[in-house]
Amino acid sequence: MFRTARLCLLVQLLAIFCLAAPSPDPLQPKEEVQVCKDAGQYGGRLVVGLRAEPKTLNPVTAEDAVSREVIGGLMADLVHINRSTQQSEPALAKSWKVSADGLTYTLKLRRGIRFSDGQPFDADDVIFSWAVYTDQKIDSPQRDLLILDGKPIQVTKIDPYMVRFTLTRPYAAAERLFDSLAILPRHILDRPYREGRFLQQWALNTPASQIVGLGPFRLKQYLPGQRVVLERNPYYWKADASKRRLPYLDELVFVFAGNEDARLMQFEAGETDVVNRLSAQNYSLLARQSGGLQLDDLGPSTEYNFLLFNLNELSSSHVPEIERKQAWFRDLRFRQAVSAAIDRESIVRLAYGGRGTPLWGNVSPGNKLWVDASLPHPQRSLDSAQQLLKSAGFSWNPTGNLLDPSGRAVEFSIIVASSNSQRMEMATIIQDDLSKLGMQVNVVPLEFRALLQRVFQNYNYEATILGLGGGDADPNAEMNVWVSNGSTHLWHQGEAHPATAWEAEVDRLMNQQMLTLNYKRRKRLYDQVQQIIAANLPMVFLATPDVLVAAKPAVGNFHPAVLEPTTLWNVDQLYLRRGAEMARSR
Amino acid sequence: MRGRGSILLPAVLLVLWHLAFVFAGFLAPYDPAEQQRELPYIAPSHLQFRGPEGFHLRPYACGASSVDVGPAPCYPVHFLIHGWTYSFAGLQWNVHLFGVPSWGRIAILGTDAYGRDVWSRLLFGGRISLASGLLATLVSLVLAMLIGTISGFYGKWTDEFLMGGAELFLVVPWLYFLLVLRAMLPLHLTAAATFLLVVGVIGSLGWARPMRLVRGVVLSARERNYVLAARGFGASDTYLLRRHIAPMTAGVLLTQAALLVPQFVAAEAALSFFGLGVSEPVPSWGNMLAVLQQYSVLVSYWWMLAPAIALVITSVMYGWLAEALQRSLKSSSI
Repeated sequence: MFRTARLCLLVQLLAIFCLAAPSPDPLQPKEEVQVCKDAGQYGGRLVVGLRAEPKTLNPVTAEDAVSREVIGGLMADLVHINRSTQQSEPALAKSWKVSADGLTYTLKLRRGIRFSDGQPFDADDVIFSWAVYTDQKIDSPQRDLLILDGKPIQVTKIDPYMVRFTLTRPYAAAERLFDSLAILPRHILDRPYREGRFLQQWALNTPASQIVGLGPFRLKQYLPGQRVVLERNPYYWKADASKRRLPYLDELVFVFAGNEDARLMQFEAGETDVVNRLSAQNYSLLARQSGGLQLDDLGPSTEYNFLLFNLNELSSSHVPEIERKQAWFRDLRFRQAVSAAIDRESIVRLAYGGRGTPLWGNVSPGNKLWVDASLPHPQRSLDSAQQLLKSAGFSWNPTGNLLDPSGRAVEFSIIVASSNSQRMEMATIIQDDLSKLGMQVNVVPLEFRALLQRVFQNYNYEATILGLGGGDADPNAEMNVWVSNGSTHLWHQGEAHPATAWEAEVDRLMNQQMLTLNYKRRKRLYDQVQQIIAANLPMVFLATPDVLVAAKPAVGNFHPAVLEPTTLWNVDQLYLRRGAEMARSR
Repeated sequence: MRGRGSILLPAVLLVLWHLAFVFAGFLAPYDPAEQQRELPYIAPSHLQFRGPEGFHLRPYACGASSVDVGPAPCYPVHFLIHGWTYSFAGLQWNVHLFGVPSWGRIAILGTDAYGRDVWSRLLFGGRISLASGLLATLVSLVLAMLIGTISGFYGKWTDEFLMGGAELFLVVPWLYFLLVLRAMLPLHLTAAATFLLVVGVIGSLGWARPMRLVRGVVLSARERNYVLAARGFGASDTYLLRRHIAPMTAGVLLTQAALLVPQFVAAEAALSFFGLGVSEPVPSWGNMLAVLQQYSVLVSYWWMLAPAIALVITSVMYGWLAEALQRSLKSSSI
């Protein structure tokens, strides 16, 4: 008898310490919440596998995707890009107006909403956050985006719930810049910022109560090497159709799993509820054993994979061998011949298990708003490849080896990240395809960091296979790749002036589209960019994989999107179905 | 006498096993690098003696087709068939032990991600893997024997110095060493250069452990009564080493050889991963096994484990031979 009583007490204590999540605060009459259409039910914890541990919880300094994914649950922004429609929509700013000249953006903020510690939010928090993000000493990775012509975008407070941003020149879709810029709590961070301690704030060992944001969740516990536990923010500023405050989930837990295979095994073992960025092979593995799992093939991603030739200006210290081969790589007809010989359909079938799309340009069909659908998709043709090589002065010796105009055999190496099995497979397919043209191609697997060092720093490579994209769908996010002095202008880094006439033209068009506010006119300019790139092939585009995700049957409102974070973008509306509803849904 | 008899069987089997790889071109129905892109990850064909018109003496190979194309087609198996051209002993040949007509396909161990024949790749890969494993074992055992014997026999500071060196070798972080080595070498090496590099790297990294064992044996052999007696009779160091000490280490070396060969064949897989091994499309057991790092391949396509099974067979046979050799050494020394 006595023992049962003690047991009961223990159970109750456990319930208080482990299960108690803050219940949502009732909506205040003056609170301007955002109302969502979905419906769901309260309770439960959603467990997600991460491929690594976050490095920081500070939204201003976080650079890596993993940290950002966790921070995404804790923080909110003024204007948000809806990952599903790829359009911007109101968030902390309930509306905004753009002046006719496109130079000022006036944002109306939601009234009466509170941070996760219950303190009110107003324009001062916006002004403070902007000051931090544009501070040169803090040097946030997002700072570059907020500087136009060397001057940061200015912000002024008009009243406690209205702010105005002033640009020095028109900037297309400037409201998209606000996406993922977390609004910080001035009442917590102002002092450390003024004392110059901002960079040390919100590290992984910061007590949970000090990390305060406007996101759907707040930090509950961080267990190094194991998991981060987030709990419901009881003051979150969104409500569902029946005016109940979101989020539905009591807790959102990120466990550190490791690579994709490890995350898949955890999901199969039932330890996690959602898994994203699956490879086609792992996806079909799940499909085969599917016990009512929610499996989603969202179609082509915005990532583009390509074969890249080294067209960099090499200094004399370099291997003369590479410089000699650059004579071939610089010849457009050579690159066109390579492109014509590559069997993209096989790449999609073998490397992506059929769940992918071949590419002939830099914009994937996954980027619905910006892809130029009229770009030609030439069939694979060894004949035309041979014609192109012949016209460029190449010839074949009796054993079928391709010789360059000076009579030397054509032979080059493709470096590939050894950890990326899909790109390894692409390289092996390309090797075989080009051997049919008489080219001797070597596939050299390298550790990924060693590969990046060669591509970005010492240019000691001949060709490589890489992938880019996956971020925002807007062309402005691609500026750093296509503008000739961009930091990711991969084929020819650090150009002082555009090296070729067509690169100059791309520069002009890219800068012009940035200044153009009208979507249709911007689209026309970006279409031209895509045509020039497809015609000049600085990269030989190969394929884009589908976005593949899976969730347990119990996860409700699961509407994954192509853009990151694919499965958690609507985490405030995700919920866990209970037994009765589960039975009905089956 | 009994000892000799029991050596014969494992030795003959091992010779046969290695001959299979020497005659890889004859035994392989397909070019190991040939991609059949419509047939990725095809399960092994099964043989049956029922053709289109009932029972046949000629076996039929069934199953090699892309998965979703109805019932598995069957193709008649021909022996000593003419197929792809390979070079052997400086000549071009096109005769193969078995095969199916060119309109069909036989895949007795299935196909890999590119539709390449795993059986053919296993044979050609075995050439490189076994040769590099054997040569690397030879290199490291020669080093181990030389250094271990000197260290154990001369003792004192020579021993201290060499043992210190060996310990240093054991604690060097090889992973980083290999990354640095890879960065220093030119991007592409010819197949022969890669092969020598693999042998050199594995062989020179592997000597420290057997060297310590050899030293231990030499240390104890040196103090044996008959060695002391021989020394008393005025035998020179070289005589002692050759006549009394070196034979004592044979057992250790043979056991080590049997252990090291499979270990070194596996080490080649690790080197492939760092871009130091044999690269595509040339097969080796190492790079064939590398795809098993993908969980989906490991759990879906069991035939991709064939190189691992070949590796196990190799090590079992070497182990058997080593044991038999040791037993016969013991019986002859009594």
